[in-house]
Amino acid sequence: MGYQWNWGVFLSPSASGDDTYLGWMFAGFKMTIALSLTAWVLALMLGALVGVLRTVPNKTLAGLATAYVEMFRNVPLLVQLFIWYFVLPELLPTSIGDAYKQSHPVMQQFLASMICLGLFTSARVAEQVRAGINSLPKGQKNAGLALGFTLPQTYRHVMLPMAFRLVVPPLTSEFLNIFKNSAVCSTIGLLELAAQGRQLVDYTAQPYESFIAVTLSYVLINVTVMTLMHKFERRIAVPGYIGGK
Amino acid sequence: MYEFDWSSIPGALPFLWDGMKISLVITFQAVVVGIVWGTILAMMRLSSIKTLSWFAAGYVNLFRAVPLVMVLLWFFLIVPRFVETLLDFPPGSDLRLSSAMMGFALFEAAYYSEIIRAGIQSVPKGQIAAASALGMTYSQSMRLVVLPQAFRNMVPLLLTQAIILFQDTSLVYVSALADFFGASYKVGDRDGRLVEMLLFAGAVYFVICFSASQLVKRLQKKYHPA
Repeated sequence: MGYQWNWGVFLSPSASGDDTYLGWMFAGFKMTIALSLTAWVLALMLGALVGVLRTVPNKTLAGLATAYVEMFRNVPLLVQLFIWYFVLPELLPTSIGDAYKQSHPVMQQFLASMICLGLFTSARVAEQVRAGINSLPKGQKNAGLALGFTLPQTYRHVMLPMAFRLVVPPLTSEFLNIFKNSAVCSTIGLLELAAQGRQLVDYTAQPYESFIAVTLSYVLINVTVMTLMHKFERRIAVPGYIGGK
Repeated sequence: MYEFDWSSIPGALPFLWDGMKISLVITFQAVVVGIVWGTILAMMRLSSIKTLSWFAAGYVNLFRAVPLVMVLLWFFLIVPRFVETLLDFPPGSDLRLSSAMMGFALFEAAYYSEIIRAGIQSVPKGQIAAASALGMTYSQSMRLVVLPQAFRNMVPLLLTQAIILFQDTSLVYVSALADFFGASYKVGDRDGRLVEMLLFAGAVYFVICFSASQLVKRLQKKYHPA
């Protein structure tokens, strides 16, 4: 095909002059990690809350939680991202919207991406948390109530400590997804890994090397997260359950 | 406060419908090819021939480790160049739709194969033993006994995956292909009404996907009244 392979291209100085193309890749890598981890924290907190609310006897709260989950699950991630990035600033009160639009562009992209990914993933986390709570034997809740605990106390001291340990394995796959989904944020110009890969294609004219390097970086993230989570899963597995000791 | 102006939607409906057709075509063919190729991959993965099962495991794990956006970029930026030289297409021919379809089909096959593998493994072993006792060959027992039962159990999961796939087709945005989302964005951009068009697109996706997922739920209750 006459294609000139040149892996040395990563070490050559980049178009901006003060960096190498490897440096660009690494900057994208760091952005992907920072975005995914912050969004994950948001997703865990909101997801745990919404997942618990879906199981409470109060119909209004459970209904609101269901609406939340359905809304985030039935609109494509890309559309959600564009709504956070392009639509929301227009609909906010003028003063807040203007403050947002005057902030640093990278800050705007990062904030919109983080909120978008965090909320999108929180709906999925909520479903897993709900499934975990529902998988507990009914006797646990009844025993808690019979001991004189209030419902919130039963959740806090009896059901949630079990449920949160049971949902760790299914949450691993959501955690992997958040890294992959973060690539969608390249569409609003956030310079994460996929966007850097695309930029490298334009600047270096070495498309194969750039894309292979980016693809392998995602595989690396995937393998690392899986290994770490597997260790964590074994540590917190509940004895007597599948996967427990 | 922002003043909404929805007036650009009615005139844009034919264009948006053309976009919706592209989204649906990509979804439909990716589901069909994905299920066929996914079934083959699942059977390879469960095969006793080591080379086949390694190949299938490698394929599935690679595609599942890489973001869909990245796979699509491969198919938009790299594969067309390759195909042009290989098949002698005139350079610059519009391969975007065909490469989008190819990318989605190959990507989804990895996900479908995992669903199908779980489905095959959920069929009790006695069924295969019974089939061989009746004198069936491996391929007969797969075709006539195992797969029909496996698919029946998998229908809800396969459909749910199709809904996810339909949402993911919006990512062809990276190739500037005018699917439903791409068309909405273009109209909004042209008329300076991005806010309205994006909200409209979100609402349309929501209505379609929510109704479809409710139908799947009903189907599930009908077949598996638990």
